Formats: sequence, C-alpha cells, structure tokens
Amino acid sequence: MLIKKQTDLTYADVTPKALYMGRRNFLLGLVATGAAVEAWKKLPRLVSAAGTGSVPVKLDNVIKWPGSTSEAQTPIEKVTTYNNFYEFGTDKSDPAQNAKNFVTSPWTVSVEGEVAKPRKFTMDEIMKLAPLEERIYRHRCVEAWSIVVPWIGYSLSTILKLVEPTPKAKYVAFESYYDPKQMPWGSSAGVELPYVEGLRLDEAMNPLALLCVGMYGETLPNQDGAPVRMVIPWKYGFKSIKSIVKIRFVKGQPPTTWNMYAGGTEYGFYSNVNPNVDHPRWSQAMERRLGPGLGLFTKRIPTLMFNGYGDQVASLYAGMDLRKNF
Amino acid sequence: MLNKILTSKWTKVFVFVLCLEPAAWLVWRGVQGDLTADPVQFITHTTGDWTIRFVVITLAITPLRKLLRLPQLIRFRRMLGLFAFFYGCLHFSTWIGIDKQFAWAEMWKDVQKRRFITVGFTGFVLMIPLAITSTAGWIRRLGGKRWQLLHRLIYATAIAGVVHYYWLVKSDVRKPLLYASLVGILLAWRLGSWLIGRRRHSTAGSVHREGPITAETSKLA
Repeated sequence: MLIKKQTDLTYADVTPKALYMGRRNFLLGLVATGAAVEAWKKLPRLVSAAGTGSVPVKLDNVIKWPGSTSEAQTPIEKVTTYNNFYEFGTDKSDPAQNAKNFVTSPWTVSVEGEVAKPRKFTMDEIMKLAPLEERIYRHRCVEAWSIVVPWIGYSLSTILKLVEPTPKAKYVAFESYYDPKQMPWGSSAGVELPYVEGLRLDEAMNPLALLCVGMYGETLPNQDGAPVRMVIPWKYGFKSIKSIVKIRFVKGQPPTTWNMYAGGTEYGFYSNVNPNVDHPRWSQAMERRLGPGLGLFTKRIPTLMFNGYGDQVASLYAGMDLRKNF
Repeated sequence: MLNKILTSKWTKVFVFVLCLEPAAWLVWRGVQGDLTADPVQFITHTTGDWTIRFVVITLAITPLRKLLRLPQLIRFRRMLGLFAFFYGCLHFSTWIGIDKQFAWAEMWKDVQKRRFITVGFTGFVLMIPLAITSTAGWIRRLGGKRWQLLHRLIYATAIAGVVHYYWLVKSDVRKPLLYASLVGILLAWRLGSWLIGRRRHSTAGSVHREGPITAETSKLA
C-alpha cells in the first residue's frame, strides 16, 4: 500500500502575504537606507566605477539543485564575518572590514593554456553561460570547522568545455586577483600571492566542482570571493579559490599556494577532506559545525571521507594512496 | 605622590579589577551572544593571548622597577603572575572542555603527538608549582634563594608560550614574533644584569663573599 507522507506544514503555516511583503518592504527600506549611506560615503569611487559589484544584489531565476544537503544552513552573518582571505588580512574578521571597497567591476576571467579556443569571459557572460543553480554544500575548512552554505553557480565543466581543451591538458590551474594597492594586507599574509590553486582535469570536470557567483540568493560579497570563485565541496576550503581572474589548462601539476608553504609538508595538492589523515599539527577526525545559534557548546561532529561526497568523487582516486597523496 | 599611589591598597584593588577585565569582556560577549562565528576559536585565542601578555607583563616588573627606580612595583608582581596562571587555566580548560569536549584519549594523543600542544602544555604545567608556592608561607619554607631559583621557571614558561604561538599559526607570524622579541628583550636584560653583577663581584675580589674568583670571572674582569 502506498502511504503518502504528510508534510509538517499546512496552509495555515503560510505567512500572510501582507506580513511577508511588509517585512520585505521593511528590509528593502533598511537596505535602501544602508545603501544610501554607503553610497554617500563612497560617492567619488562610485562615480568613477559605475556599477561596481561591491554590494551584493539579488539573483533571479535560480534553480534549486536536487543534490542539496538538508542540514541546517550556517547563518549568512557568520559566513560573511568569518573568512580566510589573506589578501585582505589574516584575522578571520579582517576581510569583512578590509574588502569593503574592493573593485570587482569590470571583471574578466581569462581561460587559456592547452585549449583550442582560449577566451576572455566578462562577468556578464559568465552569469549567462548556464542556468544558475542553488547548491547547498557542506564546506569543510582545513582548520577543522565547517559551514553549510547555499552557493549559487553552475558546474565548472560548463565553461571548461567551451574552450575545447587539447589532449595535452591534464590539469587546470587557477589564479586569484592580486593588486597590492587594493590589498596591502597581502604583503604580510605569510604566503606568496597571487593565490594559485589547481585541480586534475577529471576533478575539474566533476559536476560537483562549482563555479560560484553567489550565495544566499545574492551575488557574492567581496569577502567571500566576489565576483566569481570555486567551490569544491569534497576538498578542504582553501582549494576553493576566490576572486578568480585566470583559469589555465596545463600539462603538469601546477603549483598551489598552500602546497608551496612549508615545503608541501602541511597541505597537499589534493587536500581531499579525509578524517584518517591528520594535518601535522592537528587532527582532522572531527569538526566544529558553525551553525545557527551561539555555538559554544555544540557537539563536535565526525568529519566524513570526501566531506560526505564519496559517492560522486571517490572513483576519481581509485587505486591512489590517499595517505601519500594527501 | 607616585610612591603614595604605588603603595596604596586601592591601587592594588584597581589593578586587580583591571586584570579581570579581559575575562569579564569575554563573559559579556557571551551574554550578548556575540562570540563570533567560531566561539571556540575566539575564546581559545583570547585567553591564550592574555596568558602570554600577563607572562610578559610579569617578566617586565623587575626590569621596570630597576630601570625606573620604583621598587614598589614588586607589590604587583605576584598578582600579575597569578593572573597569567588564571588566563592559562582558562585557556587550558577551554581546550579541554569546549574544544575537545573531554575526549581525554584524543587530548593525551595530541599532547604527545603535536609539538605545539606539547610545548604549550609544558609551559602551562611549569606555572603550577609557581602558583602554589606564590604565598609568603612558601617563600619562608623554601627560603628566599631556593624560592627565587624555582620561580625562574617562568623563563621557561615564557619561551614555551612563544614557541607554542609560533608553531600554531598558519603563516602570518607577526604576532608570535612580537611576543618573541618582548620575551627576548626581557630575558636578555636579565642575562645582561647578571653578567654585569658577576663582573662587579669579581672586581670586588675577596671582599665580596658571593664572588669567588675563578679563571672565567678573572678573564671577564
């Protein structure tokens, strides 16, 4: 017998439209006031660079991706105030402060290297290459904390296929924007900049590898890697490079920023989330989930192999010693 | 006037309250629900920062009271040292209770396996005998000389604290290096004054009972 599962919600639970709209108007009012104040403060810059993407704007026509996790999302306030973005300072609270005036428009991403059709994409083009999907992923930082974020974007493979990689292309190298004038904090980051990252071609082509242009229904805030970044949910967070300006197809394994640090002893090229392989200085077996609420006495949760995305990606590493290739 | 302030009971009360301020601030932030996105890391770092700061302040008392000729400063040294221990306890118990959530086996593995934890743990443990023997009764029982010798362990704690900090940061070593140079200066001052003291003793020759002339000291003279 087929038993239809009752949902917990009924029509009585639906927020009346007037209330919802009232809240929305109120919020819009707040946003407008805030935006007006902000705009006034940076009027000179706005005039010179009209249409900068400094303040996140709402994204329309976003499709819900079916593979999203149903775990509780991390509140946006946490995801926008707790960032590792060393170009804007090494304290977690630095990027939210220091990236406020980061100019992200105009912006182009050059896709080049071992390809038949190298090409520069403008941000407008990138926004329209494929339907935008909202994908709620777990995101595990190498520092043993994790967040759950509704990212917006589409599979990186979409853009990679357009340039037609040649048979010589075996890896994909990424590069972040770096301008010491806009990012004077970068000089004390302790790592070499511009930030560079890399994936094996098959990893880059995996549908889970997300080219990300937004989160929480809006374009990316500056401190979270505006205007376009990677999100690779089965790897430690630092692999998900921010503010990308270059994607290059290459023959050999490209250098990556954290792998170059400490002679490659601390952060591997692959850096797949793996509870069985510790960072030399701390265990990776457990993680602190930064969820809703204060989070002081939240129980730690066990870290999952490939951050729980093994079904989709484990085959990429069949036969590889993941202790050696950490 | 300055002497009056430094010897007043109320100054000590004031300094005591001031030293409690970082802890009170943490509690206040907690009550407000504003412990950043990662409260565990925030509390761990805040209490750790204040531990090393109080170790540095405590180590600075002796040089300051000699350089500024303010012997009264010694009245605050025990309290400041105990505050270093207090913040060390908060730091350590944050790690045990809130970070590792009493997973004893995992913590013991960490202490053995992870050198930054090993050295931090050592620095903390070395403070325990100092806190216990900080009372006037213990100074009497041990005798001034031996007590002083024991309390030089704070040098080891300071070095351990700096190394702990240096080893734990990811790549930006500016703050650990700042504390390293402060501790370095304070320890170098002690070494310097000890060397000068030795030299004086040896030139004073047989007059001074503490300065036996050896091949080494006569060379210095």
